[in-house]
Amino acid sequence: MHQTALDARHRALGARMIPFAGWEMPVQYAGLVEEHRAVRSAAGLFDLSHMGELYVTGPDAGRALDAAIVTTPSKLAIGRAHYSMIAAADGGVIDDLIVYRLGEQEWLLVANASNAETVATALRQRIVGFDAKLDDASLRTSLVAIQGPLAADILQPFVPIELSSIKYYSGTKTTACGVPALLARTGYTGEDGFELFVDWADGVQVWDTLLEAGKSRGLLPAGLGARDTLRLEAGMPLYGQELDRGTTPFEAGLGRVVKFDKPGDFVGRAPLEAAMEQPRKTLVGLKITGRGIARTGYPVYLPAAPEPCGVVTSGTSSPTLGTAIAMAYVPPEHAAPGTALEVGIRSQRASAEIIPLPFYRRST
Amino acid sequence: MDTPDKLKYSAEHEWLDADGKVGITAFAVEQIGDIVFVELPAIGTMVEATKAFGVIESVKAVSELFAPASGKVIAINDTLADTPETVANDPYGAGWLVKIELSNPSEVNALKDAAGYRAMIASL
Repeated sequence: MHQTALDARHRALGARMIPFAGWEMPVQYAGLVEEHRAVRSAAGLFDLSHMGELYVTGPDAGRALDAAIVTTPSKLAIGRAHYSMIAAADGGVIDDLIVYRLGEQEWLLVANASNAETVATALRQRIVGFDAKLDDASLRTSLVAIQGPLAADILQPFVPIELSSIKYYSGTKTTACGVPALLARTGYTGEDGFELFVDWADGVQVWDTLLEAGKSRGLLPAGLGARDTLRLEAGMPLYGQELDRGTTPFEAGLGRVVKFDKPGDFVGRAPLEAAMEQPRKTLVGLKITGRGIARTGYPVYLPAAPEPCGVVTSGTSSPTLGTAIAMAYVPPEHAAPGTALEVGIRSQRASAEIIPLPFYRRST
Repeated sequence: MDTPDKLKYSAEHEWLDADGKVGITAFAVEQIGDIVFVELPAIGTMVEATKAFGVIESVKAVSELFAPASGKVIAINDTLADTPETVANDPYGAGWLVKIELSNPSEVNALKDAAGYRAMIASL
């Protein structure tokens, strides 16, 4: 089991630690709802050092990535980022990724912790024949995220650049809190925020600095529990729940991510082109109007139907909305907003209604 | 951690009082986290010692409620449908869950007293 560089910090803060994708990670500190609200109203500080950081560099790195994943990293401007996916030869999703272009010949791919090794292995195979190399820096990198409406204000004194000049989905090499950092305006909460990729040992300095500076502004350390409810409210998919090998990007509502118009082949192109025409299921947002909370794996029914037509992928009691919400796969012909459905919650059926995703969108 | 002396405690962190009222302990409340939903059995339901009789949910997870003793449910705390957080705010008072008419009062002997329960959670 890996521990992040901030392990002792989490324990000193009273975090409840859980095993997650081979790492011991904080699931919550003071309390999930309190942490969730801090991120929506002020800021939260996250240790995401379990994520996978894969650097792809070299004269052919851009072309190699264009062939390896579903987007076109060679077309990214230096300093910009995009959301992407890596598909298997059969079109199944191996992982979703954030791709940053850091230089003329340098890209960073951030993979989910649970898939980092699989992605690294696949990329290593896929760049064979290109003048490009892969460096898996996952175990040398600390990743600290500050997320929330006050994130920029809290971080600004500790970086030498004007944060208002950093666009959403951009990243730049700079210093932060006195250490070299890749500073990116990205996140997984539905709020404004930044992610700081630093050397392993430097994570502590970034964490301590931002925690201390943010305390008086309402910043709280936030665990994986709040991260999950924040991303769910924001309608963001989680690999292993909304995405997996058996689900296509089109079914997950992420068809726009797949760039069929790029020149050349890429792994999964042909099966994905076929899959685009015939989604077997559609990801929808559900508001539970009856009693209970829909959870991962609970069956979804058409009203009064004996057999389920779909399944819940993620569900919770939304701290922001004060109601139970869920994401679920349902048949494409029953996926329109306003459709009445039922969720099987233990021995009962709870009424639900399809509502547009995301459940929460920040006002600014 | 509050563990009133007058109660009996199960290994699953439920308490039972002399009137047959059942609730969860302050320790259980802390473990579960923010309580957002409680599902209780209907009045008249027969429950069995150590078996699940309902669920309690946090934002994050679903936990089962286990009966500390066997018997018939003769009252349920209806207020928890609208204010489940009462369980966290007052686990030994207004946050009670159900009242059971014990079918086998000798089962109470298998429960821990407050000192025994405190020793158990100290060892966790």
